[in-house]
Amino acid sequence: MRLLQGNEACAEGALYAGCRFFAGYPITPSSEIAEHLARRMPQVGGTFVQMEDEIASLAACIGASLTGVKAMTATSGPGFSLKQEHIGFAAMAEVPCVVVDAQRAGPSTGMPTSPAQGDVQQARWGTHGDHPVVVYSPWSVQETFELTVRAFNVAETLRVPVILLLDEVVAHMREGVELPAPGRMPVLERSRPTGDPAAYRSYACAPGEDVPPMADFGAGFRMAVTGLTHDESGFPSGRPAVADALVRRLAGKVERRVGELAAVDGRYLEDAQIVLISFGCTARAGLRAVRLARERGLPVGLLRLIGLWPFPDRAVAELAGRVRGMLVAEMNLGQVRREVERAARGACPVAGHHRVDGELMNPEELLAALEVLA
Amino acid sequence: MIPSGYLREDRLPHLLCAGCGHGIALQALLRAAEKVNLPREGTVFVGGIGCSSRLVNYLNFDSLHTTHGRALAFATGIKLARPELRVVVITGDGDLAAIGGNHLIHAARRNIGVTVLCLNNENYGMTSGQYSPTTPRGMLATTAPYGNLDRPFDLCRLAEAAGATYVARGGVHAVFQLANFFARALTHDGFALVDVLSPCPTYFGRRNRLGDGKAMLHWQQEHTVSLAAAGKKTPEELAGRMVLGEFVRREEPEYAAACRELSRREGAS
Repeated sequence: MRLLQGNEACAEGALYAGCRFFAGYPITPSSEIAEHLARRMPQVGGTFVQMEDEIASLAACIGASLTGVKAMTATSGPGFSLKQEHIGFAAMAEVPCVVVDAQRAGPSTGMPTSPAQGDVQQARWGTHGDHPVVVYSPWSVQETFELTVRAFNVAETLRVPVILLLDEVVAHMREGVELPAPGRMPVLERSRPTGDPAAYRSYACAPGEDVPPMADFGAGFRMAVTGLTHDESGFPSGRPAVADALVRRLAGKVERRVGELAAVDGRYLEDAQIVLISFGCTARAGLRAVRLARERGLPVGLLRLIGLWPFPDRAVAELAGRVRGMLVAEMNLGQVRREVERAARGACPVAGHHRVDGELMNPEELLAALEVLA
Repeated sequence: MIPSGYLREDRLPHLLCAGCGHGIALQALLRAAEKVNLPREGTVFVGGIGCSSRLVNYLNFDSLHTTHGRALAFATGIKLARPELRVVVITGDGDLAAIGGNHLIHAARRNIGVTVLCLNNENYGMTSGQYSPTTPRGMLATTAPYGNLDRPFDLCRLAEAAGATYVARGGVHAVFQLANFFARALTHDGFALVDVLSPCPTYFGRRNRLGDGKAMLHWQQEHTVSLAAAGKKTPEELAGRMVLGEFVRREEPEYAAACRELSRREGAS
């Protein structure tokens, strides 16, 4: 058991997952990830670089990943806005990478040292065009470690950018963490081509597959990579049928796997009539509120969202069909509530409890909101 | 004779306009690649956005066509992750000096081992002729209909000031000299920039009544002077002329190697 800060656990999780390249730019409240990895990367034979800006940091990660090295960058609010350009590139060119966003109060430079959960929709739709993305949001230091490993595994196997949405509280708090021994948690690698390099086509999938094998730069496969719409050869194409097939395959490879990608944590749901839905630091107060409600005899349960995108529609819809109401608690003005409303399809009322003042929610205010619904 | 094997001939014909200087620059690059025996399996070409950057698609190497202005940031990641790879960026004046200006100065400052070939046609050709950071004052562009008010960058002086360890300027009207600069840049162990004057008859030339591609080569010849000759001329005689030559050529520790050395030291301890 080690006492670690959330940001340190994230950095150690990345190393456990085999990350050997980190490029970043200083920003509160994520800087400790860079500081930790500046010290640790050389010790494990990896590379740390502080780039000239946020945009360059993710570009450098993508360049490193294309050589076969697992790569991560970390940022916060304003920096996350700047990451969007290359989140789109990574999605389009199918380059595995992990982007950490320790959310802080916005919009704009907002309140740099205060927590928020206002980047949920930006994580999904911040970069232009239809694109796949996978997002996880841990609620504890232990889970930050584990979800960082998971983020790399998903990024590698699906060739997508994976976003880890921390918040200022999870990023900065310290908790005891059990670091798993090497081999305890699975660490997955991208699929690499094995055939004749001369026959390799950079974006050709095997029959029945939707993720193309990825060669490393320098391995002799003459890989062609572009952010332009491209065909299986990796070279630009303006043909409508090519564009249609590409964008649908990119979106489909995540949508088709929503069952394995979406992750939720249910507490006291068996007999629940009212469900509190939350995630990240807010869910910590949420679980306490649910326990307080149970002590008072209220049939309340908690659905904690671990994966935010793809959204766990099925888990929400199943609950919506058998409960009297749902309360979404989040530190924004309704970014997850609208998704819950969409998934619930009117099967039950959905209320929201929202804070955007940079203050943590406390269990008592959530209990009061639950009592109104009960 | 154009060296064979370095071109992806199945990608031809190229998208360049008739009279564009970029094809000549590509030819000079192929000559230089052959001269220095550029390894096909150990070299990555990286482009940004613009006419020049699209050349990476015609080269039979690993290629990465990136976002506007960011080619050097991607190239930095490649070089740091795999220092044994040779990384060459093909870019243009808008891509490198405007939106990518910050990446240029910091890559030069670090002295990372990346070769940058900037095909400088003094305007944004791919978006049909807006003024760029290298458009001379007074010249016309679609966004400078009354003449350009901006002062242009001298990319070589900029790169030198930022710390580049190989800096040269050539022109596609002097292709053998250009190929020599390319050859030295490709084998330089550190940050290397070649500023390549390359005419854009379709937009810059037409709007400024400079004639077709051939006429623009003559115009370019008349508006350039060698570094040796420039030393004997007065400032008045040099006005309006670009100086061609090697401005910087020196050895300093390369950045990716320094990172690797740090890992060796700390990993062993």
